[in-house]
Amino acid sequence: MSANTEERVRTIICDQLAVEPEKVKPASSFIEDLGADSLDIVELVMTMEEEFDMDIPDEEAEKMKTVGDVISYINAKSSANH
Amino acid sequence: MITVQNRMIALVTGGSRGIGAAISKKLGTQGFHVIVNYVSNEAKANEVVHQIKEAGGSAEAMKFDVSHEDEIVQAMEEIAKVGTLAVLVNNAGISEDSLILRLKKESIDRTLQTNLVSAILLSREAVKLMMKHRSGSIIQISSVVGEMGNAGQVAYSAAKAGMIGLTKSLAKEVASRKIRVNAVTPGYIETDMTHELNETQKAAITQNIPMGCLGAASDVADLVGFLAGPQSHYITGQVIGINGGLYI
Repeated sequence: MSANTEERVRTIICDQLAVEPEKVKPASSFIEDLGADSLDIVELVMTMEEEFDMDIPDEEAEKMKTVGDVISYINAKSSANH
Repeated sequence: MITVQNRMIALVTGGSRGIGAAISKKLGTQGFHVIVNYVSNEAKANEVVHQIKEAGGSAEAMKFDVSHEDEIVQAMEEIAKVGTLAVLVNNAGISEDSLILRLKKESIDRTLQTNLVSAILLSREAVKLMMKHRSGSIIQISSVVGEMGNAGQVAYSAAKAGMIGLTKSLAKEVASRKIRVNAVTPGYIETDMTHELNETQKAAITQNIPMGCLGAASDVADLVGFLAGPQSHYITGQVIGINGGLYI
């Protein structure tokens, strides 16, 4: 369910980066818009892995610059698994 | 009531003997639930746990081999289930003294794996846990020989010096999460490791120590206790010597 995915991703991001939900849009860049540093990104990826029960390889994680990138990846990987 | 959230855990690798045992006991007096790691000395580890409890503290022994990554990962998962990891003391270490001409690759590999690689892997797993709580203290038990060198201990001092690099880099990496990383470099301390020196060797060593005596394991434990606790909250990335003036 892609709407559900977006909500879950948004909740995790707001939680970890301490930002308001309105600021977390698909186009939001982690570093430029949401003020994340490199540790934040690693932490976020790890939390996504736990939340969505999947492995996210480093090469893929490195490509995720925006919230939308994360949502797309998770949706693609979840549908591939079903 | 003690819960997983409020039970602060201190993991001491190689905590069954020597400096590790003294550190375990000291941390036991500071309110931590101490996990005394050992790999072969179960009896000694249990004795340390017993002594901590006798003194009113909380502890348990945990067997795992720090030179095996999978055992480290497994152990950390177990630890995360019983409490919040607050302190990691990378103390486990071996010394296989040898002049370089006789130094075999297996010995080098063993020494580096047990003393340095294990510390890096344990630190990695500890950071994963500590990051979530925005708090933690990682303490490397390095050695004065990592700072000044010692003939006959090429591999050991390489590993101990390596711990210093690890400390400084890791400290910079995780400081934003209020995880502190420091190293202590003990000089000659009365333990099983130095017990093997004969009287002549001990006398020769003592001559080079300005304070004229070996240190006690409890001296090192007191320093580690300070670094583990809240009073050192602004100290990170530091290498603190405790050597009677042997290296200044």
